[in-house]
Amino acid sequence: MPMQTFWGTPFGWTLMTVGGVLAVTVGVLISLAFLLLADRKIWAGVQMRKGPNVVGPFGLMQSFADFLKFVLKEPIIPAGSDKIVFILAPLITFILAFGSWAVIPFAPGWVVSNINVGILYLLGVSSLGVYGVIMGGWASNSKYPFLGALRSAAQMVSYEVSIGLVILTVILLAGSMNLSVIVEHQAGGFWNWNVFGGGLKNLPLIVVMVPMTVVFFVSALAETNRPPFDLSEAESELVAGFQVEYSSTPYLLFMIGEYANIVLMCAMLSILFLGGWTSPIPMSFIHLPASLFWLAEVGSFFWMAVKMLFWFFMFAMVKAIVPRYRYDQLMRLGWKVFLPTALLAVVLVSAWRVFGPAA
Amino acid sequence: MEAIAFYVLAVVSVVAALMVVVSRNPVHSVLFLILTFFTAAGLFVLLGAEFLAMLVVVVYVGAVAVLFLFVVMMLDVDFASLREGFVRYLPIGGIAALVLAVEMILVSTAVAERGAASHVHAVVATGLSNTETIGWVLYTNYAYYFEAAGMVLLVAMIGAIVLTLRHKPGIKRQNIAAQTARTPATGMAIIKGVKIGEGIAE
Repeated sequence: MPMQTFWGTPFGWTLMTVGGVLAVTVGVLISLAFLLLADRKIWAGVQMRKGPNVVGPFGLMQSFADFLKFVLKEPIIPAGSDKIVFILAPLITFILAFGSWAVIPFAPGWVVSNINVGILYLLGVSSLGVYGVIMGGWASNSKYPFLGALRSAAQMVSYEVSIGLVILTVILLAGSMNLSVIVEHQAGGFWNWNVFGGGLKNLPLIVVMVPMTVVFFVSALAETNRPPFDLSEAESELVAGFQVEYSSTPYLLFMIGEYANIVLMCAMLSILFLGGWTSPIPMSFIHLPASLFWLAEVGSFFWMAVKMLFWFFMFAMVKAIVPRYRYDQLMRLGWKVFLPTALLAVVLVSAWRVFGPAA
Repeated sequence: MEAIAFYVLAVVSVVAALMVVVSRNPVHSVLFLILTFFTAAGLFVLLGAEFLAMLVVVVYVGAVAVLFLFVVMMLDVDFASLREGFVRYLPIGGIAALVLAVEMILVSTAVAERGAASHVHAVVATGLSNTETIGWVLYTNYAYYFEAAGMVLLVAMIGAIVLTLRHKPGIKRQNIAAQTARTPATGMAIIKGVKIGEGIAE
């Protein structure tokens, strides 16, 4: 088979990887444009407004209009700023936000890099996201950005810890750090999803895993600086936090990076707790002819997309409904509530894995 | 391919490490330090130690270096005064650097000649991913050392808390449990029959 040997060569491999990277990046960027609109529409709907509805039918082109507006504006670099770091900060945010998508499996085999420590990679890259914020805030050389950056750095580092511990419970259940393996572990129906303990024999773990899903969700809100934890840019007290001095394309990069991180968290929530691409009911009664095998993959991708949309809807609703936390409340929630709860959950799940009936 | 990646990462990490020392702005130094950590993680990946690489990124780059950056940003360091003693401290610093370099060369030649595992008696099952291998070794052969390290960290943490925790009198603290346990009966006093223009006496 000449095709396979071509893809086996270094050149073919490079070509295929670059193609995969491009497909994921472009796909994420285009869906981000519409998710941003969805976010604003949901927000508007809760407040009984219409939301953006002028550009294109139902305002569908709004994000593209905003994009053009940002790109065509003049980027302003403050005279007192550290220019290199100032420009580097949004670039880092943007690159990191898209770098993490490399290990996200959208369907069986639909992943750019199927590495064994995929989940640690995600944790590592998301912990680097704080540098974009802190560098941007410091390089602006101005008060509000610096305060916003400090706040947000402390916040992101704090919630990283509980996210790591919640991820540990999932790793304990799946017995692997490979995201594809974690998803396949939950195949076969919604009762096998990690949110319900991962399989009927683990059903008592439901009392641990449902709270852990909630902890992860709330920590994801804090990690991505979303309301009610958007203290880094709290406009009523800090104007816009670390983004005050940013304009035009650098600001756009910050914004896209932020939303890419939000959608990434949606993908992580789907993969870790809702079984990723697996369908909620067993689909084995459908016998596809061999020539239509790709339909199964498209179906898997459909389920993944539905789950991610569900989580994104939750993110948008939280933004619309919940008032902003005070800073000390935020820190209390992270360190005094989530961290001990998640630690206890890790102990319980590992005890179940060792002494439980499924051991 | 791997050779290209290695040389790129190695050059970047050496240059970044040099810039940590050379750059005039302390924040730039920390940023270069972060770059050094990051390229070191890349080198770990090239060695096939992806678990270690990710740990370096999560722990050093994601947590330790952030705190570094925090402290350095808040300090108002006067670098001119720091640089005054440069020539005076050069001999001592030079000797320390020389000793360190000699040690590193000795260790790396020993490793190159005899292999890193020459004195390690751990028998590790092959065919495991390196995450499993590390876990295997840590919880069998080195379980005591591992737990001792954990104890050291715990003691350090408690020590830091003991040294810095101060209960100032006269500070209002928020008691969330007491707040949520409030009922209308405990939180309000309903007074009826208040006359207009008189109000309520304290």
